[in-house]
Amino acid sequence: MWLRFILGIALALLLGGQASAYRAYVANERSNTVSLIDTDSWKVVKTIEVGQRPRGIAYTKDQKYVLVACGDDDTIQMIDTSTNTVSGTLPSGPDPEFFTASPDGKFLYVANENDNTVTIIDIARRAQNGAVQVGVEPEGMAMSPDGKILINTSETTNMAHFIDPAKREVVASVLVDQRPRFAAFTPDGSELWVSSEVGGTVSVIDPVKRVVKQKIEFAIAGMRPDPIQPVGINITSDGKLAFIALGPANHVAVVDVKTHKVIKYLLVGERVWHMAFTPDGKYLLTANGVSNDVSVIDVAALKVVNTVQVGELPWGIAMSDH
Amino acid sequence: MLRGFCIAAFLLIAMSAAPAANGLNVKIGYLGRADKTETISLIEMPAANDGAAGAELAIDDNDTTGKFLNQSFSLQELLLKDQDDPAAAVQKLAGNGISLIVTDLPAAMLLKAADAGRQHGVFFFNAGATDDRLRQEDCRANVIHTAPSRAMLADGLAQYLVWKHWTHWLLVVGSHAPDKLFADALRRSAKRFGAQIVQEREFKDTGGARRTDSGLVQIQSQIPLFTQSAPDYDVLVAADESQVFADYMPYRTSQPRPVAGSAGLEPTTWDPAFDQWGAIQLQSRFEKKFSRWMTALDMQAWMAVRMVGEAVSHVNSDDAKAVLKYMEGPDFALAAFKGRKLTVRDWDLQLRQPILLADGRTVVSVSPQQGFLHQYSELDTLGIDRPETKCKLK
Repeated sequence: MWLRFILGIALALLLGGQASAYRAYVANERSNTVSLIDTDSWKVVKTIEVGQRPRGIAYTKDQKYVLVACGDDDTIQMIDTSTNTVSGTLPSGPDPEFFTASPDGKFLYVANENDNTVTIIDIARRAQNGAVQVGVEPEGMAMSPDGKILINTSETTNMAHFIDPAKREVVASVLVDQRPRFAAFTPDGSELWVSSEVGGTVSVIDPVKRVVKQKIEFAIAGMRPDPIQPVGINITSDGKLAFIALGPANHVAVVDVKTHKVIKYLLVGERVWHMAFTPDGKYLLTANGVSNDVSVIDVAALKVVNTVQVGELPWGIAMSDH
Repeated sequence: MLRGFCIAAFLLIAMSAAPAANGLNVKIGYLGRADKTETISLIEMPAANDGAAGAELAIDDNDTTGKFLNQSFSLQELLLKDQDDPAAAVQKLAGNGISLIVTDLPAAMLLKAADAGRQHGVFFFNAGATDDRLRQEDCRANVIHTAPSRAMLADGLAQYLVWKHWTHWLLVVGSHAPDKLFADALRRSAKRFGAQIVQEREFKDTGGARRTDSGLVQIQSQIPLFTQSAPDYDVLVAADESQVFADYMPYRTSQPRPVAGSAGLEPTTWDPAFDQWGAIQLQSRFEKKFSRWMTALDMQAWMAVRMVGEAVSHVNSDDAKAVLKYMEGPDFALAAFKGRKLTVRDWDLQLRQPILLADGRTVVSVSPQQGFLHQYSELDTLGIDRPETKCKLK
């Protein structure tokens, strides 16, 4: 009995001590900085000066760089993760907001909000490699798990465009609700989820038939529908739970991926935008634009367990693999 | 003389490229004003394509969407002078197969157009007239309003002034009919939101030219004289849609007081300085195409044409009845860079929308203000709400 108790404590200590510190890079849209959070201490360990209006942010596949789209500088900056300083740029085309990479990490697909275009960039050559014309104000970008279909959402056209990355053309477009912001595939690729900020819904699309098979709606007790504006979508790697950031509603909805039912609403900071899991899947970090902080959600407990102050208007988060 | 030739400035422009083969081409009409109001400020003089430019940009936006749906859109513009017959213009557009018309016409002309359009099954989008009577006793079942009403503008301003605790107003009203209508709306708003009009003064339009070589000298001494010995007040609220005096008020009042209404802090649907909620993208698209700034009238026309695009993308038809039915239904919403969806009030066909408060350089705030609650939508704290409506749609 006692032994078991002591062993239990020892094990807990061991596990606690093992919690490897990941690094989260948070793009602060207004302060033109990236805050580097250590996920062990939950503290900002460095603030990196970047270009103007940093929003979309992600690691390169080789983990050597964190790429950050600096919309007002019409460029994507490369933060060297060994020095945590900006060491290069990619020619993103005008007003880059969001991007995704090809599965092999060679190409970057960038939504150019001002230009109705998705620009393709060869990362190694640091050069543009083509472009695809899409709808008005392209924003959300997602690659299917098999790498065969690239999704772009266009905010004023209200569509999810299916792009063949080999042919580099739009092969299908699916109408969704107003101002589609973000697209995410379920890990098995069987569903495509698209959030509509102004429409207030998440459309679940069958990527084979290319039709909306269901729309997920949200309702928070005591809150009017207007501020419930879904943006970021993060689905757990086991494909069981989806977390949906509800913008100015200051909540993250937890949705059962199988049933498409909302099972919980978690109160986070103000104007919650994009999010990222720690690689072990234990925590989900949310960028809260208006309260200038990052909420830390314990994924197993479905509870907010910490808050980290960052720069002004945090927009998105990139998380290291290790 | 010849009724048929009354449509003076006759601009017929097909805006879009050739319609997609076998696709749906949606023709939209635009009836605008050939005569523009002269403004006090030279930099606010409306461009010849004020309003129409917004509609043209929305045609582009609709076409970009339409190319994925095999739909295309075109615009035919007619500019009318005050003495022109709107019924003839409607007939002309209807004859060209148009059943959806965006208008920037004075209230009386709009009503004539709407009544003439009824027999042709034409549906109208009022992008220009703010008259409350068009949403009240003179409402029409074939007119949707993307222009805000004066009541909405006044409520948007009043909520902010009350939030600031600037509740004592000196109301200065111009001598023309539209000024008086705006003053009516401001009085209603003051009463609704708990502001007090400490005194009203009329600023008579005595005529004369706006641009003179030594006008400044006179104005600098006239306005302090006009505003002196008023009871204590927090803010001077000017009702001067006719552009006679309001812009002369800021910095020239007898007592140092801010100015709001038709000058200073102005309620509006759009401002070239507005950059929130993705608005910067629309601003830059507009500036790139027209080499000028986007005005509220441009925005109201943009919203009208985008509403058509939004509805057509769902009903895949240009039948006015089908388009209208969708717009009035529960699935319709317009995203128009205001941070929330815009929908249509079913009791008077007014588009619900936030009201910006702009000072000419920045957007100071957006109403509805926090704390002004409503059982259905906070946007319905702006303008004539369902229980107050006098509109019987027919």
